[in-house]
Amino acid sequence: MDRDRSRLSRTDAAGPAGRDRPPRPVFRPAVLLWGTAVAVPLGFLAVFFAWPVVALVARGFVPDGVLDLTGFSEVLSRPRTWRLVGLTLTQAVLGTAFSVLLGLPLAYLLYRRSFPARALARGLVTVPFVLPAVVVGVAFRTLFAPAGPLGFLGLEESLAGIVVALVFFNVSVVVRTVGGLWERLDPRTEQAAASLGAGPARVFRTVTLPSLAPAVASAASVVFLFCATAFGVVLVLGGVRYGTIETEIWTRTTQFLDLRSASVLSVLQLVVISAALAVSARARRRREAALRLVSTRSGARPLSWRSPADVAAALAGAVIVAGLMVLPLAGLVARSFREPDGSWGVGNYVALGTTGERNALVVTVWEATATSLRTALAATVIALVVGGLVALVVSRRPRSAGARRAVGTLDGLFMLPLGVSAVTVGFGFLVTMDQPVLGLDLRTSGLLVPVAQAVVAVPLVVRTVLPVLRAIDPRLREVAAVLGSGPGRVLRTVDLPIALRSVGLATGFAFAVSLGEFGATSFLARPDGATLPVVIYRLIGRPGAENYGMALAASVVLAALTATVMMVAERLRDERAGGEF
Amino acid sequence: MAGLEIREVSVRYGQDVTAVDRVSLAVAPGEVVALLGPSGCGKSSLLRAAAGLEPLAGGSVLYDGEDLAGVPVHRRRFGLMFQEGQLFPHRDVGRNVAYGLEIQDLSRAERDARVTALLGLVGLAGYERRSVPTLSGGEQQRVALARALAPRPRLLLLDEPLSALDRQLRERLAGEVRAALVETGTTAVFVTHDHAEASAVADRVGVMDRGRLLQVATPDELRTAPASDRVAEFLGLTG
Repeated sequence: MDRDRSRLSRTDAAGPAGRDRPPRPVFRPAVLLWGTAVAVPLGFLAVFFAWPVVALVARGFVPDGVLDLTGFSEVLSRPRTWRLVGLTLTQAVLGTAFSVLLGLPLAYLLYRRSFPARALARGLVTVPFVLPAVVVGVAFRTLFAPAGPLGFLGLEESLAGIVVALVFFNVSVVVRTVGGLWERLDPRTEQAAASLGAGPARVFRTVTLPSLAPAVASAASVVFLFCATAFGVVLVLGGVRYGTIETEIWTRTTQFLDLRSASVLSVLQLVVISAALAVSARARRRREAALRLVSTRSGARPLSWRSPADVAAALAGAVIVAGLMVLPLAGLVARSFREPDGSWGVGNYVALGTTGERNALVVTVWEATATSLRTALAATVIALVVGGLVALVVSRRPRSAGARRAVGTLDGLFMLPLGVSAVTVGFGFLVTMDQPVLGLDLRTSGLLVPVAQAVVAVPLVVRTVLPVLRAIDPRLREVAAVLGSGPGRVLRTVDLPIALRSVGLATGFAFAVSLGEFGATSFLARPDGATLPVVIYRLIGRPGAENYGMALAASVVLAALTATVMMVAERLRDERAGGEF
Repeated sequence: MAGLEIREVSVRYGQDVTAVDRVSLAVAPGEVVALLGPSGCGKSSLLRAAAGLEPLAGGSVLYDGEDLAGVPVHRRRFGLMFQEGQLFPHRDVGRNVAYGLEIQDLSRAERDARVTALLGLVGLAGYERRSVPTLSGGEQQRVALARALAPRPRLLLLDEPLSALDRQLRERLAGEVRAALVETGTTAVFVTHDHAEASAVADRVGVMDRGRLLQVATPDELRTAPASDRVAEFLGLTG
């Protein structure tokens, strides 16, 4: 009946008046295709991110079904809260400032100059970023311990110690982001300035630095985000004296079962993060605009020992790599071969087959390793499907302004999990997923932890694949369409082959990040399903030299696993694509 | 009427930018028509509208009498060539040319034969296994032409295909493009801002300015009887 009527009205429309406006086709498969591509990630985000976070926030505002803000006034009137907010901001600002400061000479050295073993040095600088936070925490703790190699600095359980570890993590973000742009800056602009009488310092200050500003701002905002939400490192290094909003949420929940304060703190954390994200999004847009302006050729020249700038950069680079990166990791490895009785040997590694001194653990470390690998694999698959679809949708430039805005919003939405702390996600899961979701009881299905890790990994997948998809000239797709390819074949024969390398890299990222994920997992993993990072944290928290030795050996195993995954994935990186991490 | 027929077509960007303003143009089968005009005059937009890459704000595009309004880009059996070849970087020369053939019902041998024939046509015999970045600008455009012609499009749309090349090469290639189009009997619309190129390639030339089509005529007619001062000015006949 309805169909008849529509046909009737269409016949009318095709009459004399409507002849030059033929009816549009009613069913278009492309609409269905894109609809699914938008619906799947949005559904995932709604169920596994928005719902838990909103439920958490609601707990802060309406604890017993009625709006009650006393929790807020109570938490916000505690001096401890403001001290933690202050500490969070201080460590984030310091961590960001030093990451940028140390990252610039390294970016110059690794992207603007060429020398033997540059590829190796570039790889080395990337490793820290993907190392699990717990491992980094343990490494620096070993370094700063009173009996450790840097014990004399008195950095144990100090703000400075935490900042050093944060810089260790995030220098690579700065190097990568700034270096990618620096490598392709047209050297002729600098040459023009020099020919106008500007010395090297003035050229750097008036030409190079302003050109790099978008990349520096973009890197700084992302690093700030990471520092402000750092959890594992702070928890391991801060001890009882230093904490952030993030660790406080964890402590309130797991130690004091004070869910109301935790909820209020989560809301506070959301406010800080949203502000940082807004700044980050703006900086990123400027950087992508800037990247379009540069040439595709590398502007790197051989390192010259006659140039003072080169010598300074080389020295700074060597000190940073040796002192900040090699020393803590080498210290960790060395210390892991130190047996509880002080002699050297592989005893700590042998002990990985046990559940620790006085049964500190429910499972052996090897069993936890197997759990970690299984979990990370599942998380990677989920993150790739969701993140891949988001990248695909967001890479399009729809014609209508409304749709373009919608795409921009989607882009921003999927950055949120990057900023919203893993602890909040884990805590939110704890609050909401105690009942079956869509007919599936996630807690018994063993999918709860992988899903939580995927929530954390999705933004990385998006940020890795998206720049490559965006860089594809839309005319390539137009040519393919004109040559007879429908939308599906355009995706398969143009987008997919070009983005394949970045998908490989994203797979490595997602896997490495899931392997090391601690914040959310620590809430959700049951004792018999503990992952490697959870086991490591539990071991260092228990008394006994044997347990500590095991924690070190387990950290080395986890670091080796992560580094191996990343080394393989890094081979797929296309430096020209300008990914962020 | 056979061939391409553009009837009162308008293309708008947003609310207030009218790129093409009620243009009508007919191209007979086997004919090559050049659209000539300064940059921003709407000639590329008109071409993209004919290909189905821009939605029409008004009017209609017909081929062999069939209205193409509901026909998506990939079902129009047109060919398209851009200023810079837009070759697929992940495919070698042979597989670029074969791209449009892969969805046709051809045996592998037939496809290879067609690729070989077309590379011969554009003077690149034996280039099948070469990768795209190793080609010069002129070679890339030849490959793009071979790729566009391979599926035997009923209409080829060329959007300033030679403008990125240096003058000498451009003049030589213009002749070769004309020869390739005539030899394959391809109907074509060729967009350019260079009137010498337009005369070299096309049977008829349409002069466009600010979204309007001012005059369509053979190159000789245009030179001897420009319809307006603006046409004469753009052909370099005044001053």
